[in-house]
Amino acid sequence: MANPFRWFSQVLAVSRFSILGLPQRLGSSATAVFGIAGVVAVMVGVLSIAQGIVKTMTQSSTPDSVIVLRSGSTSEMVSGLSGDSVTVVRDAPGLARDGGATLVSPELFVIVDLPLKSTGTPANVPLRGVHNAAFEIRDGLRMVEGRRFEPGLNEVIAGVGAEAEFAGLEVGSRIAVGSQDWPVVGIFEAGGGIAESELWVDAAVLQQAYRRGNSYQTVFARLESPQAFQAFSDALTSDPRLNVKVERTEDFYAGQSAMMYGLITGLGSIIALIMGLGAIFGALNTMYTAVSARTVEIATLRALGFNSGPVVVSVLTESLLLALIGGVIGATLAWLAFDGIHAATINFASFSQVTFAFEVTDGLLVLGIVFALFIGLIGGLLPAVRAARQPVANALREM
Amino acid sequence: MKFFRLLWSGLMRKKLRTVLTLLSILVAFVLFSYLSAIHTGFSIGVELAGQDRLITRHKVSLIQLLPEAHQGEILRIEGVESVIHMTWFGGTYQKPSNFFAQMPTDPEPFLDMFPEYIIDDEERRSWLETRTGAMVGSKLAERFGWKVGDRVPIDSQLWAQKDGNRVWEFDIVAVYDGAESGTDTTQFFFRYDYFDEARGFGDGLVGWYTVRIEDPGRAAEIARAIDAQFANSPNETKTEPEGAFIQGFANQMGNIGLILTLIVGAVFFTILLVTANTMAYTVRERSSELAVLKAIGFTDSGVLGLVLGESFMLSVIGGGIGLALGWFMVSLGDPSGGALPLFYIPGRNYLIAAALIVALALAAGSLPALEAKRLQIADALRR
Repeated sequence: MANPFRWFSQVLAVSRFSILGLPQRLGSSATAVFGIAGVVAVMVGVLSIAQGIVKTMTQSSTPDSVIVLRSGSTSEMVSGLSGDSVTVVRDAPGLARDGGATLVSPELFVIVDLPLKSTGTPANVPLRGVHNAAFEIRDGLRMVEGRRFEPGLNEVIAGVGAEAEFAGLEVGSRIAVGSQDWPVVGIFEAGGGIAESELWVDAAVLQQAYRRGNSYQTVFARLESPQAFQAFSDALTSDPRLNVKVERTEDFYAGQSAMMYGLITGLGSIIALIMGLGAIFGALNTMYTAVSARTVEIATLRALGFNSGPVVVSVLTESLLLALIGGVIGATLAWLAFDGIHAATINFASFSQVTFAFEVTDGLLVLGIVFALFIGLIGGLLPAVRAARQPVANALREM
Repeated sequence: MKFFRLLWSGLMRKKLRTVLTLLSILVAFVLFSYLSAIHTGFSIGVELAGQDRLITRHKVSLIQLLPEAHQGEILRIEGVESVIHMTWFGGTYQKPSNFFAQMPTDPEPFLDMFPEYIIDDEERRSWLETRTGAMVGSKLAERFGWKVGDRVPIDSQLWAQKDGNRVWEFDIVAVYDGAESGTDTTQFFFRYDYFDEARGFGDGLVGWYTVRIEDPGRAAEIARAIDAQFANSPNETKTEPEGAFIQGFANQMGNIGLILTLIVGAVFFTILLVTANTMAYTVRERSSELAVLKAIGFTDSGVLGLVLGESFMLSVIGGGIGLALGWFMVSLGDPSGGALPLFYIPGRNYLIAAALIVALALAAGSLPALEAKRLQIADALRR
């Protein structure tokens, strides 16, 4: 180590040797690359499911949108608010205004049975009754086909996700709501958010169909600014006429997706961990084979005066290079195979369907490659030390 | 067994490689165990559904309630043996994340309907005597540390009592076990008479009916007859076999289970292939050794047996430890702490695992074993 320049030139020279020698050990090197690529592809793939669900649930909820529920309820399904409570909420401080009226949409949330396109079996599809302001409160909501429902008429519009996953939601078809058949008059998108999984109708019409009188389940509203949240929340929760809780929509949906996210991330991480172990054993096997195939070469280098440091570095370089190739292949595969796949699952909290797309994020790709490099580092370290420790005389005798 | 030491020393020739190969096999079978449990968890208990049971629910959706009076009408339909009803209670214990299934029902016909829930006569009697009594699954009891005699408050999201209070108190009088490892023991059943009298609204309304029929072969016909009975009434029904109902519910979780199974399955086979490849490669390295064995008098089939024996030993040891470890990990439960009520490895999958162990040994061992059998002594020693 006295002369760093010499040490580095040794490292370069030995590493060049080991990388040029790779094609000779194609079989076992390919095995290691293949194994690592598989691990990374699966890890990124599984985690992309969880990412997709969370993204759908939290997207298009801006920090200034809020939801009001009956205090103690964990989902919209079990919440309930009387018409009088809704009137109180409408006059609360901090709400954004459109012209004279505050941006408030009291809503109903029920489920209807529609068959899944994939299996033909029935699924709980969320049906939401909304007021006009709902279109201003959700971000990026726009019709992609047909038109909005007419207030007061029995008409349904469907999110693009719902239309893709469930049968019978094309514009012009009819679905059973309560004891009647209602026509679908339009398809909307909502910036990839959860509303795309839902069917929307006029709240007043839905109240009649489900004999709900003048009661609602939740209120969605938009605030003047995200900072107005505290004042708004305090005003409602301290009002003796009300028994409600207020959450930012973002937080509310993050809570709703927590169970599914936890389940998939937990399973995904355990699977990735087990597989990572498998890949480490595979890499160790490969690198030990590589080192033993190069015993004579390494001993010769050391007899010529090369230090053991550069030898260690060269073995590590080889294994990291293999891991990097494997990681990049795996991440690319996962991206090609999984990104954007459409699927539907149940939201345990509201007992209704959520449609979403798998989301292979940059973060996941980086995570996959880092994991690959980690496997390569562990897989290369022990064989590298063995290569450097081998007594020169013994090794050369094997010639 | 007299060749055991020879097999052993063959494996110990390169200890490190043997250990690494063994560990790879082990990992593959841990993965297999976990995969089996995930698959079971996502398909809920479809296979254990009663062949002779139908579920009747509201046609529009499961959240719509049906009148209690349907019970008698269903019972009068020809081919129906018995009918019970249940209702979703939607409660939690202590905090909102402690979520599990609770249903009010009529104890006596319920226990007859579901022979797979096992309680002793003492517990049965005490449930019939105690109005506020509840029968809970053993896994659920273990989760919250409940035992018979405890009084537990359940906070219902859906049902308030007449005074508006949403917290209901129950006395645990029975803890049931499952007749099979797949029986769901995470549920909580309590008495409908207590529930119906105390609830503040919805008197006389129930969630769904479970119907037992005399002849499973007539399931479709009877289901149609039940639905026809209520057609054009305000409470139209939809009846289907219990299996189809559970399958429909499992399908609602979506293809996530299938996707997980497919990718993990692909990885499992990749590991096996890679391992088989490594094992085969090891044997080829040793052709001169095998030739020496032949030279000192081992027969061709003796050498074949030795090579195959080695690969069997590796597969069986690695696979066996892997399955044991996998069983242990699965018994710790699913990582989300309760989202999948059934998380176990079905017995049948152990047969599949055994077949896979044999297949691995054959895949890894047979080609090199044949090569070893055909090996010419002179050729091999010349190398």
